Amino acid sequence: MAEQEPDKGRRCMLVAASTVAGGVAAAAAGVPFVASMLPSERAKAAGAPVEADISQLAPGERMTVEWRGKPVWIVRRTPEMLDSVKKNADKVSDPASKKVMQPKYATNEMRSIKPEYLVLVGICTHLGCSPVENSARKPRHSPPTGKAVFTARATARCLISRAASTKTCLPPTT
Amino acid sequence: MAATKKEPVVINGAGPLNAPIGGLLTWVDQRFPMMSLWKDHLAEYYAPKNFNFWYFFGALAMVVLMLQIVTGIFLVMHYKPSATEAFASVEYIMRDVPGGWLIRYMHSTGASAFFVVIYLHMFRGLLYGSYRAPRELIWIFGMMIYLALMAEAFFGYLLPWGQMSFWGAQVIINLFDALPIIGPDLSTWIRGDFVVSDATLNRFFAFHVIALPLAILGLVAAHITALHEVGSNNPDGIEIKEQKNERGIPLDGIPFHPYYTVKDALGLSVFAAVFCLIMFFAPEMGGYFLEYNNFIPADPLKTPPHIAPVWYFTPYYSILRAVTEDFMWALRAGVVVYMLLILFTSRGCLSKLMAVVIAPVVLLAMGVIEAKVWGVVLMGVASMIFFLLPWLDKSPVKSIRYKGTLSRWALTIFVVTFLVLGFYGTQPVTVAGTLISQVGSLIYFSFFLLMPWYTQMEQTHPVPSRVTM
Repeated sequence: MAEQEPDKGRRCMLVAASTVAGGVAAAAAGVPFVASMLPSERAKAAGAPVEADISQLAPGERMTVEWRGKPVWIVRRTPEMLDSVKKNADKVSDPASKKVMQPKYATNEMRSIKPEYLVLVGICTHLGCSPVENSARKPRHSPPTGKAVFTARATARCLISRAASTKTCLPPTT
Repeated sequence: MAATKKEPVVINGAGPLNAPIGGLLTWVDQRFPMMSLWKDHLAEYYAPKNFNFWYFFGALAMVVLMLQIVTGIFLVMHYKPSATEAFASVEYIMRDVPGGWLIRYMHSTGASAFFVVIYLHMFRGLLYGSYRAPRELIWIFGMMIYLALMAEAFFGYLLPWGQMSFWGAQVIINLFDALPIIGPDLSTWIRGDFVVSDATLNRFFAFHVIALPLAILGLVAAHITALHEVGSNNPDGIEIKEQKNERGIPLDGIPFHPYYTVKDALGLSVFAAVFCLIMFFAPEMGGYFLEYNNFIPADPLKTPPHIAPVWYFTPYYSILRAVTEDFMWALRAGVVVYMLLILFTSRGCLSKLMAVVIAPVVLLAMGVIEAKVWGVVLMGVASMIFFLLPWLDKSPVKSIRYKGTLSRWALTIFVVTFLVLGFYGTQPVTVAGTLISQVGSLIYFSFFLLMPWYTQMEQTHPVPSRVTM
């Protein structure tokens, strides 16, 4: 075969085309690996609704139920607790529950379907701690952090930081 | 082809076995570059003769890496990466496996020892300007090792599945949750579940025992290859390759082997003695190396009253906690002041242009995005800002020995700040602690961001042409 000058344009085009094709194939090959790290079907199934029997819950008491591995608090509020929610409205952010993290049916002052029953995910929205337990009416300072914790308003200042806290989230409830 | 031209290997000195061993070495060397590797990296790698105390820690880091790998292999033989069995399997190692307690304490003490030697190794770089040209890539590979090491330590800390393992991982993964838009999906993807769970433990085990160790080994190879390409820096921060003898050997260089292998063996002996004292008599180190809450099995429904990471993460944890809504005003002021500083004192048009474009964007973002996210961002930046050192330091000299007063004070204040931030990161939140962390965070970033100014303003001292001992 006769000596020929290589056609640089064609060579360049071939290199570019095979790089693009190879790159697409490599990216596509990455998909199953990335996907494998998503929650499995079993983990998703564990997020199914749970039922809690609240018939034994006395006024002022709190019970903890596990949902998706998270603590969910159910509090039966006394009239005094409900009063303290109104009294402390100026001390909390978002007193009217307008932030989008709350389900529609709970965007009210008492943040619940029935004011008497408060249902909360017991995980702080700051960095995911489960806030320290609180007694009834008055905000109490939890010993390790000196943070005020209002159960009634469900405004928990977290254990990690003095950064402004938001509220704990409400799980979907019926 | 090159191999067949190689000379036979000659062993100097008398000995009955010299000829057969020499023959074997020649056979191997003609098939594998054994003698040239030996010469390039040990027997004929010329290191400056004025290495001091601070030059022990690179070699020690290598030793600790090997210790972690070996002890890790033996721990994996008994450990079970499952949420129901992990905690018990660690206690099984501690109580029932012969010698298991010792191997586990070697590994847990080794983790803290690794960060001790790495921090001292990095401080050496800051002292003597080891990150300066032509050693930028050595520094960058080193920083990548440091980040990989932090990831390795974080993943490893979940494995005992104690309360601090669980809630530490919960908090750190929730940092990603703070990121706008992709945050929640990203953190779910990292966990593989909606909470830290068995899936999380299993993947962290995979990262800890295979993915990151492989990455670290590769990076260490790159770090040393780059080092041996340009040659070691020294306490005087001068290039020994500029003064060579007639055979092309640096006048101030001595072969790494035997001179520094022997010296490092001494350093290793002292290190090993201290290591053993801690490992045998105080493996928990007062709760700093092994936190007391981690002797309680993980409970997803109950957060321990005080969450703190292990000591080597606490300076960054302090910076994370320092960023409150109030502190955002200090940060905004800092951005404005820094922009004005660049505008009025920088000579480059490009940097001025970047300042007037980037500063308003950052200010705008600070108005839109909440403080929590900025805490996460600043924590990330704080751990990675070291990457920029080769370009921030504009001093005409490398070593602190010949830098001026400003650089000396800056480095001293930085080290003190790093330690203070580290201390407050271990403590529960208090008003005073938060204020100190906030001031500390500003000093921390000032050390880096003002470096181009203070390294140029000061009077430096004349640099000798040959190393001093």
